[in-house]
Amino acid sequence: MSVLWITNAHIIDPASKRDEKGSLFVRNGILVASLSAAEKKSSKKIDAKGLIACPGLVDIHVHFREPGQGHKETIGTGSRAAAAGGFTTVVCMPNTSPPADNTGTIQFIKDAIERDAVIKVLPTGCITVGMKGQALAPIGSLKRAGVVAITDDGDCVQSNEVMRRAAEYAKMFNLPLMDHCQDSSMTQGSVMNEGIMSTRLGLRGWPNAAEDLIVSRNLILSKYTGAHIHLQHISSAYSVELIRLHKKEKIKVTSEATPHHIALTDEALSSYDTALKMNPPLRTEADRKAIIEGLRDGTIDCISTDHAPHTDYEKDREFDYAPNGILGLETALAVCLDILVKKNKFSLSKVIGLMTHKPAAILGLNAGTLAVGAPADICLFDPTEKWTYDAKKGFSKSVNSPWHNSSFVGKTKMTIVDGKVVYSSGKILA
Amino acid sequence: MSWTRKHLLTIEELSLDEINQIHATASAFKKILGRNVKKVPALRGKTIVNLFLEPSTRTRMAFDMAAKRLSADVISVDAATSSTTKGETLRDTAQNIQALNADMLIIRHSASGSPLYLSRILDIPVINAGDGAHEHPTQGLLDTFTMKEHFGSLKGRKVVILGDILFSRVARSNIHALTKLGAAVTLVGPSTLVPHSFRDLGATVSHDLKTALADAEVVMLLRIQHERQSSSHFPSLGEYTSMFGLNKARAEWLHPKAIIMHPGPINRGVEIDSDLADGSRSVILEQVSNGIAVRMAVLYLCSGGIPEQAIAGA
Repeated sequence: MSVLWITNAHIIDPASKRDEKGSLFVRNGILVASLSAAEKKSSKKIDAKGLIACPGLVDIHVHFREPGQGHKETIGTGSRAAAAGGFTTVVCMPNTSPPADNTGTIQFIKDAIERDAVIKVLPTGCITVGMKGQALAPIGSLKRAGVVAITDDGDCVQSNEVMRRAAEYAKMFNLPLMDHCQDSSMTQGSVMNEGIMSTRLGLRGWPNAAEDLIVSRNLILSKYTGAHIHLQHISSAYSVELIRLHKKEKIKVTSEATPHHIALTDEALSSYDTALKMNPPLRTEADRKAIIEGLRDGTIDCISTDHAPHTDYEKDREFDYAPNGILGLETALAVCLDILVKKNKFSLSKVIGLMTHKPAAILGLNAGTLAVGAPADICLFDPTEKWTYDAKKGFSKSVNSPWHNSSFVGKTKMTIVDGKVVYSSGKILA
Repeated sequence: MSWTRKHLLTIEELSLDEINQIHATASAFKKILGRNVKKVPALRGKTIVNLFLEPSTRTRMAFDMAAKRLSADVISVDAATSSTTKGETLRDTAQNIQALNADMLIIRHSASGSPLYLSRILDIPVINAGDGAHEHPTQGLLDTFTMKEHFGSLKGRKVVILGDILFSRVARSNIHALTKLGAAVTLVGPSTLVPHSFRDLGATVSHDLKTALADAEVVMLLRIQHERQSSSHFPSLGEYTSMFGLNKARAEWLHPKAIIMHPGPINRGVEIDSDLADGSRSVILEQVSNGIAVRMAVLYLCSGGIPEQAIAGA
């Protein structure tokens, strides 16, 4: 029997509305109300003085690149980066090589998770075969194989008819669809936001309207079919407005925003730095502010990173030719503390909620709370510690972060999964 | 006054003073080009590499000619004959060129920002000979040089740029150069090719040809690229010509002393009628000739040349 006793912590668990100084007790990987005197005596004791204890962070949008792109990231390295960032549960996208559009690939991923992951990693499957947007993937079999959602992330399903049928079909299994909202006919060759900066830099623009159209499509299809559609990485101000309007109708639509879309804008692209190239692209200050307000009033449900590793040599190219995507897991908490808590006066509890029980609820995951009976997935962080992020010393296999060499206040000190310490003071212990 | 810039990447980053310095130096070199012996020893012993990863006739030849007039050795490499066709990265190609002892790299590339990217990697000067839809600084410099030859100061002069502005690096470089020189720039063309975001660069945007051309002292035409039709930026070349093509009747709207410019290549009968392209108001071939002197100035200054000496040498 393993027993863990975390003392002197400032416990913040938005799911159970807990915000107090106190202790957390863990028996056999489960949070319990108390320990017996004998258990306390034999317990592993962690003094969390000065630290916040919150539920292990949950990220429902990461790319761990297995199978097929292990040179960028693996489930092993990705899960270590997640642990270092305070995450205990992540959901990985199926745009692997080959795509996870069949049960064999899902089983391969599950085997890799079982073997290599230091935190909880959950797979998603594709909506369509080969993510080509045409024939439906075997969605029922994927569900049986253990996927928590279906998505063609990176390749938005263009046909409204295919999306409608996928939504109807997936609803039968209570399986959410996650959609990367992009009308690709409007974004051919685009590499950044369309606007003043793309005009200046002579780069092909990706207009907000291409996101707004598919967001609208999904809002309409969710209302029509009753299916749960989750809108990934919202980047456009008008999309936030559209979601806000439709949420009043109580449709089953949820959405997410990334740390980079709330922290950065396309103004930063003057340097043509490929560490700022991702899809959807960084947009304007007005968009950035609208997303923050969307998070504040609940229009946007959660934060997710879209952690998308690429090697240095893949990113070290002409801006047009570099792949889309940036790292996110090791900096997400610090960026959100800075942007949301410090600069936009969100409460700490609100931000923790956006990174724990809120994303967990979207996919119905057993995660994101410190309530008694929940798995002992815990993040301990120091809200005052100053540190500088060195992507080269991070746990991800790649270094493509716009925050390389940036200074932050607030650092993950320990990550606990099922009562087991997997990360502590800069080291993976699993 | 001294020249401190090592690379020429954009006009946006140049000061008015730097633009004038280049023009003054070009003016001095232009006199040399009128002599029997059209060569100066300014860059003797230096090797300049012309890396053209996108097709070009004028710009490449003018750079080649400019380097030779300065007595530099020139090597031209294009996409078809370079190892980029074997998948070599731009970084590796450029570093190899530097390792082969090149003293300066001139780069033409379809990807915007590539010259800036190379300037961060290499120790030698990098000259932008056109990057994507971003900038073509030497074109902007030679165009404004040509305008100054005709009008003197460009302060308050009305300059119209007509055509495919959206995809044009020539337009962007000219907008930056002209606004710094005090000219009033109006961009004209269909709304799909002249978006309002260009106002942020300090230009006026118009879709009414007649108003825009009224009293303009310079009209600069840009090539209408055939592929824009298939990307639904406008219905057809025929419709473009009927709405925005420059013909004799429309040229009447211009200022009596107006000049007609075009960076080439020209689509005769599309953006400009043949008789105007070849007519007395056209300075299209002057632009081409001035391209040599302006590029001599750029190569000379960026390799550490002293403006006064160039002028004295002339």
